Amino acid sequence: MITIENLHKYFENKKVLNGVSLNIEEGTSSVIIGGSGTGKSVLIKCILGLLTPEEGRISIKNNFIFENGKFKKNSKIKIGMLFQGGALFDSLRIWQNVSFYNIQNGKNKKFCFEDAILNLEKVGLSSDVVNLYPSELSGGMQKRVALARAISIKPDIIFFDEPTTGLDPISADVINKLIIEKVRDIGATSLTITHDMSSARTISDKIHMLHNGEIIWEGNKDTIESTDNPFVVQFINGLSEGPIN
Amino acid sequence: MISITRNIGKVVILFLKNTGNFFIFFTKILQSFFKPWYFKNIINQMIFIGYFSLPVVSLTSFFTGGALALQIYYGGNQFNSEAIVSSIVALGITRELGPVLGGIVVAGRVSSAIAAELGTMKVTEQIDALKTLSADPISYLIVPRIISGIIMLPILIIFADIIGIMGGWFIGIQSLGFNGSVYIQNTIDFLEVNDISSGLIKASFFGFIITIMGCYQGFNSSGGAQGVGKATTNAVVSASVLILASNYIMTNLFFAS
Repeated sequence: MITIENLHKYFENKKVLNGVSLNIEEGTSSVIIGGSGTGKSVLIKCILGLLTPEEGRISIKNNFIFENGKFKKNSKIKIGMLFQGGALFDSLRIWQNVSFYNIQNGKNKKFCFEDAILNLEKVGLSSDVVNLYPSELSGGMQKRVALARAISIKPDIIFFDEPTTGLDPISADVINKLIIEKVRDIGATSLTITHDMSSARTISDKIHMLHNGEIIWEGNKDTIESTDNPFVVQFINGLSEGPIN
Repeated sequence: MISITRNIGKVVILFLKNTGNFFIFFTKILQSFFKPWYFKNIINQMIFIGYFSLPVVSLTSFFTGGALALQIYYGGNQFNSEAIVSSIVALGITRELGPVLGGIVVAGRVSSAIAAELGTMKVTEQIDALKTLSADPISYLIVPRIISGIIMLPILIIFADIIGIMGGWFIGIQSLGFNGSVYIQNTIDFLEVNDISSGLIKASFFGFIITIMGCYQGFNSSGGAQGVGKATTNAVVSASVLILASNYIMTNLFFAS
């Protein structure tokens, strides 16, 4: 579904992605784990076209979307994204946030409003919130609205950037379960980046570990506990001693 | 000596880099002018830039007109002052003070607000979210603000001109003992269309400067709250300096011949 080959990304003189290669199969839920500043967000932004890599190739459904330093438009594939902070538009009401894509595509107001209510219900929010602004909701509710917005476009691929960051353990578990359910419902392929191991274990079919801009380990979630890779062992056990400084 | 040269070099490189970035940004805006317009956003921005700036522009203009009348009266020959004060107030307000002071006041209010809003959207990934939802951020956020600035500033300055002249008139009849109808008649007789139109052309250009500076600084901000604060300051300072510099150039173009 998504194939990344030898991706490089620099900022000034700092190398953030150092030849990342990754293959994500259709209909699976993959998680990229790694410490802060290892390039997880940069990788996802490169796939989304928000950052331009210096080298490498990215293909989705066997069509190259990035090759020879340039992005190519592929409007056939819909991609949804749940940003770390939600990234809801402050100046718009909740229903306008959720139905933003439909509004931009000229759908009528009644349809957009009703579709927003449906999508909010899917993430466990009542219609009471539709006319509120994002600042009037709690962090957990904002994440749910952002999830509703991401699934409202019925994406083929959905990305989650640190979906549980800043949430209490119960809200985090609710979001994890919603992610599993909704991704399954819409039949999308998902890629999540996180450093929350509890979230990674819950969401993933396959886990990849990114360190110093390279994928240093990948495997099924069942095998991560038994690996002897010292980087993975240190990371998943949260140890201060080990090869990761 | 080497460190001085190195510092000068750094400043020159930074200047060239910023200038290059600005022109790339400007080119993207020009391209987006040919894409579909977001009319609802344009109306919202017109209300924000025009309607909500009217009180502060009106007050500034009224007191400027009044102060100008006093300065001309006390500073000049008080013989035949009724004709002189009214004509100079009218010329000063319509040609220079209306558009320039109005522009600077709006820069303080609007350019900072645009930079803060877009800067916050940038650092909270809302601009990235727009892209992932297939909306072009330049068409959606920037073009409506620039169109509104170009349209609303001249309209604001028409009000500023009228209120500024009325400020001079009010002080004239209240403090200087002028005859109100003679003052107005002198103003009408002395003013020419060119005086007003030159001010409105300037205002339109100032509207462009105010909005593009706010957008550029906000859109390119980084580094959280501190970055947004820096972008806001830079937007107001750069817009104000560019208004004053371009005013000199335009005055030279309009009136030197």
